[in-house]
Amino acid sequence: MALQEKELMQGTEQDVILQLANVKKYFPIKGGILKHTIGHVKAVDDISLHVFRGETLGIVGESGSGKSTLGRVILRLLDPTEGEIYFEKQNISNLTNRRLRATRRDMQIIFQDPFASLNSKMNVGELIEEPLIVQTKLSKKERTAKVTSLLEKVGLRSSDRLKYPHEFSGGQRQRISIARALVLNPKFVVCDEPVSALDVSIQAQVLNLMADLQDELQLTYLFISHDLSVVKHISDRVAVMYLGRIAEIAPKHAIYHEPLHPYTQALLSAVPAVDKKKAREKIILTGDLPSPSNPPSGCPFRTRCPKVHDVCSQVRPELTDQGNGHFVACHLYK
Amino acid sequence: MENNYIPVADPGTSQIAPEEKSRTPFQLALGRFLKNKMAVASVFILFIIVSAVMAAPLLTDQDPTKSNLLLVEQSPSAEHPLGTDSSGRDNFARLLYGGRISLIVGFSAMVFTLAIGVVLGAIAGYYGKLVDAFIMRFADMILILPFLVLVLVIVAILNKVTIGIFVTIIALTSWPGLTRIVRGTFLSLREQEFVLGAKAIGATDLRIIFKHFIPNAIGPIVVNATLMMASYIIVESALSFIGFGIPQPTPTWGNMISEAQSIRILQNNPEAWIPPGLAILVTVLCINFIGDGLRDALDPKSLER
Repeated sequence: MALQEKELMQGTEQDVILQLANVKKYFPIKGGILKHTIGHVKAVDDISLHVFRGETLGIVGESGSGKSTLGRVILRLLDPTEGEIYFEKQNISNLTNRRLRATRRDMQIIFQDPFASLNSKMNVGELIEEPLIVQTKLSKKERTAKVTSLLEKVGLRSSDRLKYPHEFSGGQRQRISIARALVLNPKFVVCDEPVSALDVSIQAQVLNLMADLQDELQLTYLFISHDLSVVKHISDRVAVMYLGRIAEIAPKHAIYHEPLHPYTQALLSAVPAVDKKKAREKIILTGDLPSPSNPPSGCPFRTRCPKVHDVCSQVRPELTDQGNGHFVACHLYK
Repeated sequence: MENNYIPVADPGTSQIAPEEKSRTPFQLALGRFLKNKMAVASVFILFIIVSAVMAAPLLTDQDPTKSNLLLVEQSPSAEHPLGTDSSGRDNFARLLYGGRISLIVGFSAMVFTLAIGVVLGAIAGYYGKLVDAFIMRFADMILILPFLVLVLVIVAILNKVTIGIFVTIIALTSWPGLTRIVRGTFLSLREQEFVLGAKAIGATDLRIIFKHFIPNAIGPIVVNATLMMASYIIVESALSFIGFGIPQPTPTWGNMISEAQSIRILQNNPEAWIPPGLAILVTVLCINFIGDGLRDALDPKSLER
């Protein structure tokens, strides 16, 4: 409770565009002859956070930590099991699909796989035009003008309008996805690992394009990635997820220079360093990520934590404020 | 020093030259189809059969349903190129006009089945859960109805079978197969990211089904439709052969062959039953080859690049 109030108070200082309050997403596991629910995969387990207007909040975590699910729940592509999502102060967590349609104008998503996220039967013009057809009453001429200007904005040519996705490389396709996501002038974009399917050289191009577009169009990004250096490059604040929960959330420099949570420390120590002097001592985590259907009691990280002690298995640590917007969920910090 | 190793890119162009002709997915599929020699030959032969059947009045001036009991079981002659049947009707005219009925039955039963199968399969696959369970259990119930017995019963009740009734019976009993295919394809498409993307922009269910699902499911649908048409032509022939198809005097390829039930005609008048038999064989083979060609051409796995 105290946490929420604090977060809310902090939220009033800056303009909050999106706020999550105790959001959970459990996927039922069906089993037995009668296919009844025998358990839950707790993909997102009690997450509260807020996103400020104009910032980029990076979400990092291992595979299976629930970061993509979180992105989809925020956009209501998946319905939350519990909790509230406030977008622009409006509770969207239980809007009907029909009422949600108007809100979708302002929030968009860029997917990871540029090959699966574009319908191969539509040409580039149709792909970018589709959001305009669905959401606006613009005439054909106005739509074409908009498509052309966006294509140029993302670094493609207006003549590419008549080509099909199969004629483009991965990086170019991701540019098409970006154009499609931005054609409605959204305020908030969930970027679900938008560069992890691309070559490193192309990654930088696409990231820089996204950063430029953010400045130009005053976008807010929720940037999901497992790549710490990519997140460092683009984010203002970073949240570290572990097993469906937030382990640590802080401004970028705090996460990268003074990580508090043992998990964050272990993650950062695994990033290869170019400069030998700057290299941290590697903290090797033992064991695998525990199953999200049967998370450990108390702190979810205790099974792999090098600094584990007794209280960790009994009490689940809550996010506590360490000052300067640095929150950490660990019993080492009170 | 001159650079001999690294090609200097013209700053105005990228890898793809602007003049390069863009190929739509349809053009790519057409290109692959045209590479299949059997399929192309089959299209050609089928085209000849269909045009001959359509142009029947130009090719013969005989009436296919007019009996002449004075000219029964005639051998081929200038007037009757394939002789006459046991009721004295011109076999050549019956072959052409009969082809019309056989092809119409096959084609319209295919379209009818397609309509039911695609709509029900789309609803089941898109909405899933209870709707899906209900439609699929209903489909299972239809599947266990023995087609032949059902036809015999209906024919017995109605006494007379018209083309419309015949087509309806075929369609109403054979949609479950197609429904299953469409449902399966839709279920797999539902998990694709581009469908999530369409939901994220707020597209309606109808738009998602017609703009995103059906264009991506069109391959299996078209392939199965062609194969269905071939099998319906055989079904029509088989039922007509045993006397439960389209009744005489309407000519069909099936009831022309049923003439050969008489051992005398089978032995003495091969010109009466070989041509319709060949016509069925060639037509069905052609349609099947075209179906195979379409399957290769529309295979979604070969769509990339």
